[in-house]
Amino acid sequence: MSTATTHAEEVHAHAHDHEHEHHEPNFIQKYIFSEDHKTIAKQYLIMGILWAFVGGSLSIIFRLQLGFPEMQLEWLRPILGEWIDESGKLDKEFYLALVTMHGTIMVFFVLTAGLSGTFSNFLIPLQIGARDMASGFINMLSFWFFFLSSAVMFSSLFLETGPASGGWVIYPPLSALPQAMPGSGLGMTLWLTSMALFIVSSLMGGINYICTIINLRTRGMTFTKMPLTIWSFFFTAILGLLSFPVLLSAALLLIFDRSFGTSFYLSEIYIQGQALPNMGGSPILYQHLFWFLGHPEVYIVLLPALGMTSEIIATNARKPIFGYRAMIGSMMGITLLAFIVWAHHMFVTGMNPFLGSVFMFLTLIIAVPSAVKAFNYITTLWKGNLIFTPAMLFSIGLVSLFISGGVTGIILGNSALDINLHDTYFVVAHFHLVMGSASFFGLMAGVYHWFPKMFGRMMNKTLGYIHFWATFVGVYCVFFPMHYTGIAGFPRRYYSFTALGNGRMEAFTDLNAFISIAAILTFSAQAIFFFNFFYSIFKGKKASQNPWNSTTLEWTTPVEVGHGNWPGEIPAVYRWPYDYSKPGAESDFIPQNVPYSATPESNLPEENEEIANEKAIESLLAAQNESYNR
Amino acid sequence: MNYLIGLLSIVFFILAISVIAKSMKLNKNLAQGEDESTAVDSSNDTNAYGMLIFWLLGTVAGVWSFLKCLPDFLPEAASNHGLSTDKMFWTSMAVVTLAFFVTNTLLLFFAFQYRYKKDRKATFYPVNHKLELIWTVIPAIVMAILVFTGWRTWRDITSQAPSDAVVIEITGHQFGWYVRYAGNDDNQLGHYNYKMIDETNSIGIDYTDKNSFDDFTATELHLPKGKPVLLKIHAQDVLHSVYLPYHRVKMDAVPGMPTKFWFTPNVSTDEMRAKLNNKDFNFKLNCTEICGRGHFGMAITVFVDEPADYKKWCAEQKPFLAMNPSYLEKVPANLKAKASKYIPAEPIATDSTATAAAL
Repeated sequence: MSTATTHAEEVHAHAHDHEHEHHEPNFIQKYIFSEDHKTIAKQYLIMGILWAFVGGSLSIIFRLQLGFPEMQLEWLRPILGEWIDESGKLDKEFYLALVTMHGTIMVFFVLTAGLSGTFSNFLIPLQIGARDMASGFINMLSFWFFFLSSAVMFSSLFLETGPASGGWVIYPPLSALPQAMPGSGLGMTLWLTSMALFIVSSLMGGINYICTIINLRTRGMTFTKMPLTIWSFFFTAILGLLSFPVLLSAALLLIFDRSFGTSFYLSEIYIQGQALPNMGGSPILYQHLFWFLGHPEVYIVLLPALGMTSEIIATNARKPIFGYRAMIGSMMGITLLAFIVWAHHMFVTGMNPFLGSVFMFLTLIIAVPSAVKAFNYITTLWKGNLIFTPAMLFSIGLVSLFISGGVTGIILGNSALDINLHDTYFVVAHFHLVMGSASFFGLMAGVYHWFPKMFGRMMNKTLGYIHFWATFVGVYCVFFPMHYTGIAGFPRRYYSFTALGNGRMEAFTDLNAFISIAAILTFSAQAIFFFNFFYSIFKGKKASQNPWNSTTLEWTTPVEVGHGNWPGEIPAVYRWPYDYSKPGAESDFIPQNVPYSATPESNLPEENEEIANEKAIESLLAAQNESYNR
Repeated sequence: MNYLIGLLSIVFFILAISVIAKSMKLNKNLAQGEDESTAVDSSNDTNAYGMLIFWLLGTVAGVWSFLKCLPDFLPEAASNHGLSTDKMFWTSMAVVTLAFFVTNTLLLFFAFQYRYKKDRKATFYPVNHKLELIWTVIPAIVMAILVFTGWRTWRDITSQAPSDAVVIEITGHQFGWYVRYAGNDDNQLGHYNYKMIDETNSIGIDYTDKNSFDDFTATELHLPKGKPVLLKIHAQDVLHSVYLPYHRVKMDAVPGMPTKFWFTPNVSTDEMRAKLNNKDFNFKLNCTEICGRGHFGMAITVFVDEPADYKKWCAEQKPFLAMNPSYLEKVPANLKAKASKYIPAEPIATDSTATAAAL
């Protein structure tokens, strides 16, 4: 805390002559061990992008195997070495390792750290009007724990025995017994170490987000005037804070089982000609603990994307988001329900069927707030005046994918139907659309939208359009047909479908090849983004202060945002963030820091009454400054 | 190598497109200065039409591909409960496809319809409680109906197995399935104990339990048509999952925690062969829980026989004890007499690996 306040103090003291900043941080303080939330956000983003390319390329390798089972992969030997076996095929264990690492990387490193880490850090102080996070130091630690965790996970890719290979859910006993598969040896140890570090990082981040949102809102920024982005980050942080520790305990018990001879998850095991002494443990216990995080994790990944796209859609539709309070309410509903639906991943694990009934009921309730959100998005577009920036396109894409992937959740959440569909490609299609692609589109929308604020430059729009259409079409081509193989009963995590028999594999040979080609093209299209992103950081067109004509506070900062965010006083907030195209108003947007007394021509009757409160809001300035000087 | 060239050419193709697009953009910028006050650019209408084209092509592709794949989906279920879950699946599918189609259509059409026009102003329309109430209540009602029907079916499927059900034990291991039948005399499976597993007795049949004596093992799963079958499932090493795709049966096999699933197969293998006009057709039992290297190949063949044929097949099977008389010594003294009945007068060779060992 002390460090952050010192900086805030400096900024405040130098508010009037910030041009002559005497305590200019050196290179290391500024770009590496930075405590500035904006730099940390960029660090998260760049790490996230790099991880996304690693995770994506892993999926391309296993898609080659699935799409072209006869293909000679000898040409991959320079990269994969012995993982290409003598016959020039992908090693069967390495296939599982690829699937596992693809899932782990995408879920945790890209869509949790890369999405929530980036935008929570970047937007929370800027949109609520704070100089920085509640604790810049903990924030910095949070990133470096993530970095450490990344380094450990990345190094596990280079082990001779391979990285963890038991699926991203790492169910024991497979993950607990090194003799069950090579990936359960050192690879799994590193996986668990990495995840433990990751959880520490995410907890430190989450605590910071919650503290900052509760304590550091600028004067006048009541909870009901917060942008939906902030609401979504708030709920995300709460979800993470309450569920990640449960994953940590699951991982710890697994570590005990692996290394210290305990039997939390192990019982009556006979493996490789040997009966193990473990008795009384339950593999199902692990699954309960894992999914207690695992399910909220879906929303940890998705909620920030939903929050950001609400903001982007309102801005570019030039229209207030429809049903602001309903949007908050549905996010709150989703957050609460997210904690009590986990066992729908376990309908056929032998769990008591009555428990299955309860979880089916709770799971299908969650469809209601999700539906409300989708309808509200669509109504926001209705009678708007839509500007298709790349961010807007990706946001519309998100809504489409959220619906398309969401509806099949209604089928999978039905325990009777889940019997046949569980662990088939139907599930793969479902969550890749609703959680993977939708969140990825949210991430992309966020990058395109806030890039000018992050780097003071614009990304190339035309490349953005091409990137969007290639990705949007590509994602549907990859994941939509997977429903078909799912309905045809193709199990996931299969190296090859030969054992299905009855010509079923042959029936879908072309479809699987099509999916693989679409995946390769979609992945290649991300190169456009990669180029656009890094090129624009240095060579992009200089941004104006508020390029999208948006109402929220971050656009009141200078183009090159300095330490402490606002060179002068932090602006006060008088109105909600969605005053777009207000009848009577001169401009088609009224920023949050414009008082009602300045806009008599467009005020609604109840807003005129709020003018009386403006004095009270302004009088909070001294107290607000005081809080930074304390 | 061809694929590599193909891949590279695709990458370069995309790069080429992007370069061309970029230079076109630059030309345009030179030709006409953009309006700096909004973020609208000359591509706005193109993107709006893109939404329309996407909808059109998406609809055509969706319908066409579905019809194309329809014949290759799993055939009609071969079990009683499967028929009802199949029906429910397609009903739910119709409901959600409708919701999917209507909402996506609205989304893409609104995006096209309300594309930016210079002289239009967006409608300030922040809230409408009536509308919100409607679209909260309608999904809630639809969900309630789906939950209720789903719950009833689930309850029936997971109810207690009928007492006359044929009991069969399935044991998953890396990488195969052991099948044990309750025997021709008592329809009761004997106990198993993982500590009694050895090279011959790969399931660990416990011969201190008299119910074990008549149990026999097989490398295939035979089921009687029209009779309830209770599968008792467990695993020896890691998690596995019993999946009978044609019977819509799935249940995890867990070490240390026996699970079960009962169902009634209602189509025999022969009937299915006739129906599909495929004389090589066979029902399958696959694994659907990741279990290691051989996961994808962990399958055995399932035969559904007419009840009379099933009886005949069972009668032909010899109890494990009869095939391996040496296990008589594991039987406690007070049960020796009962067990000896199963030992043939002239012991056959003790080579039983054909029946008991892994696949």
